[in-house]
Amino acid sequence: MVDNQVKSILFAGVGGQGILRASDIICEAIMEAGLDVKKSEVHGMAQRGGCVTSHVRYGKKVYSPLAETGSIQTLISFEKMEALRYLKFLRKDAAIIVNTEEIYPPAVNMGDAPYPKGAIAFLKEHYTKVIHFNAAELAQKAGNIKTANVVLLGAISNLMTIDQSIWQNVIKKSFPEKLVKMNLAAFQLGIAA
Amino acid sequence: MKVLMSGNEAIARGAYEAGVRFAAAYPGTPSTEIMEEFSKYDGVHAEWSPNEKVAVEVAIGAALAGEKALAVMKHVGVNVAADPIFTVSYTGTNGALVIISADDPSLHSSQNEQDNRNYAKFAKIPMLEPADAEEAKEYIKLAFEISEKFDTPVFLRSTTRVSHSKAVVTLEKPQKYEDKTGFTFNAEKYVMVPVNARTQRVELEKRQQALKKFVETFPENKMEINNLDAGIITAGMPYNYAKEVFPDYSYLKLGMVYPLPEKLIRDFASKVKKIYVIEELDPFLEEQIKAMGIKVIGKEIFPYTNEFDPGIIKNAIEKNTQVAVSPYKEVLSPRPPNLCPGCPHRGLFYALGKSKAYVHGDIGCYTLSYMKPLEGLHSCICMGASIGMAHGMSKALKEKGKGKVVGVIGDSTFLHSGITPLLNMAYNHNHALIIILDNSTTAMTGMQEHPGTGYNLLGAESKKVNLKVLVSALGIENIKVIDPLDIKATRSAIKEELAKDGPSVIIAESPCALFKRANIKPKVALKVDPDKCEGCKACLGLNCPPISWKKGVTKEGSKRKGISFIDKTICTGCGLCEQVCKFGAIS
Repeated sequence: MVDNQVKSILFAGVGGQGILRASDIICEAIMEAGLDVKKSEVHGMAQRGGCVTSHVRYGKKVYSPLAETGSIQTLISFEKMEALRYLKFLRKDAAIIVNTEEIYPPAVNMGDAPYPKGAIAFLKEHYTKVIHFNAAELAQKAGNIKTANVVLLGAISNLMTIDQSIWQNVIKKSFPEKLVKMNLAAFQLGIAA
Repeated sequence: MKVLMSGNEAIARGAYEAGVRFAAAYPGTPSTEIMEEFSKYDGVHAEWSPNEKVAVEVAIGAALAGEKALAVMKHVGVNVAADPIFTVSYTGTNGALVIISADDPSLHSSQNEQDNRNYAKFAKIPMLEPADAEEAKEYIKLAFEISEKFDTPVFLRSTTRVSHSKAVVTLEKPQKYEDKTGFTFNAEKYVMVPVNARTQRVELEKRQQALKKFVETFPENKMEINNLDAGIITAGMPYNYAKEVFPDYSYLKLGMVYPLPEKLIRDFASKVKKIYVIEELDPFLEEQIKAMGIKVIGKEIFPYTNEFDPGIIKNAIEKNTQVAVSPYKEVLSPRPPNLCPGCPHRGLFYALGKSKAYVHGDIGCYTLSYMKPLEGLHSCICMGASIGMAHGMSKALKEKGKGKVVGVIGDSTFLHSGITPLLNMAYNHNHALIIILDNSTTAMTGMQEHPGTGYNLLGAESKKVNLKVLVSALGIENIKVIDPLDIKATRSAIKEELAKDGPSVIIAESPCALFKRANIKPKVALKVDPDKCEGCKACLGLNCPPISWKKGVTKEGSKRKGISFIDKTICTGCGLCEQVCKFGAIS
């Protein structure tokens, strides 16, 4: 592929974690920064506690909202084992951000299947840049567990070249006024994580 | 102004910018948000009709009155609406009529993967297909222009990836609404008795010829000449995938997928040596282009099934590419979608499972109950099918089927297409039991109103149908209303009704756990008493997300190998597990 410098981020997690809201916010920030952006996800059946992914692609001119396998630069996983599910999409030099929170799939809940062990160690063995922390705990610190998605955005903002002021503006626009302060705090905690 | 919009939001915006103020629809993924967004604009009439056929008929009526009318549905909804669609193609539209078909390659949320471009050819209706949100906004406007210019209904086809992808869209100033409504009497054109329909049939072919001429210069059929050795003919989202991996190829991107611009295609073929036709699902373009005598490569190398992505296209064309693989080789436990914590369907299917009946299912959240461990359904075909199928099975099995055939259907689905088959049950008599799962909303697609909710799409209070009275008026005599969160009462109602002669209906009333207006008072999350739990796993049989199994927690004097555990952060306190526990360990 002739590189028109399109970059791809893959958001992954479990329905109800605020993944789509987070990928919306990142797209708004990219747009504010003057770049073309597309994102893709699937609604419907997927929402009922199933896996959720969102592809975000940005650059001078973006055609496809879906990235090729083996081409994604950044994976941001909202749940630990979900980080392992989409590795075929990543480049070998991809950066990975992982929320270490564990959400058990039904078979694990039933005691029929194990929750994968050593996920972080595995990721570190295969990828050079792995950032991992418990976003739910940081979100609690910010004031509400539901801000975990914005904590993760803070972490990914470190890997992008978008001005702080743009992030702040977009976060302000994305939430009702009474939730803005909490989300800005969550974002800062993510930057520091 | 530039904004980030999904394809669905852009379609709604484009219609509004085009001066459209009238739309009817039935919700269905991936089309639902088009109507929800359109309904938010000032001065519009937007309605949820009970089903897609009604929505199209409503839109036809508005068009005959001179309006620009929009009808919106998912791909299988077009099947429901096919009857009026095929004949409005004969009559023409007077005002303007655009029908949106949102297709679902890969069946993300559908029961089949039909390619609705075939409807365009079948019904002789022109069809536009945008590739992203920006185009979606533009194409809906063009669709209305074409409808007005040629007095024809026009299809706009979207797919899940166009509807649910977001892209940067430039907003334009909405055209001012012009009231052109009034009466136009023209029985020869609008009364489709054979003598008139024969005449309109000929007019239709004339329109086809006019459209074929029009498409040759239609500006959204775009030729991009680059590399002369290889070119791609494509339309819709696959254009983006192909551009991503073969930016140097020549392209013929078709904005209108029916009818095709034959001269333009021949012109492209004369310039470019090797041509690939890239399209998801059916070889719709390919077969027509091959019929023109043009050599192209299509389904020999591209899949018939599922949506594409850039990699699929690259690997099909460049055979020896290395396919990316995951370094992680262990099997990861899947996360299938599940009924939510507190969902009333869980109680119903738990109780119904004990009856060992054959259960015909229908389309809605409750379809998810077919999975282990509930295994609540044994068939599911399409909207409204459960009742007719239960009747047919009951009739075919005669005495063998007595007390053993059930159909389950949601409230919205029942009102969509369950009323006539229930009328049939009363009329032709059988021994089946129909359970209407009334959760007061259209839950699966995200809480849309319907005639049973008492509100319309614009948020106004409206006439609320009384399901019990309706069922009784259809001629059903055995009717019970129960609360599916009460397992014991539900079980005994099912047992009683299955034992009766003649058709029965149970209405299981309990609002969707996510339904805000129902104002369900939050209950205290339940807890497992580790001293009382015997580890029998009965509560796990509910497949409720907060309930999990903790292996290895043993107890002196008990054979238990572990205990159940309830995640209090997601438990709604619905009480089903408390009812299922034989040891009083949950409270």
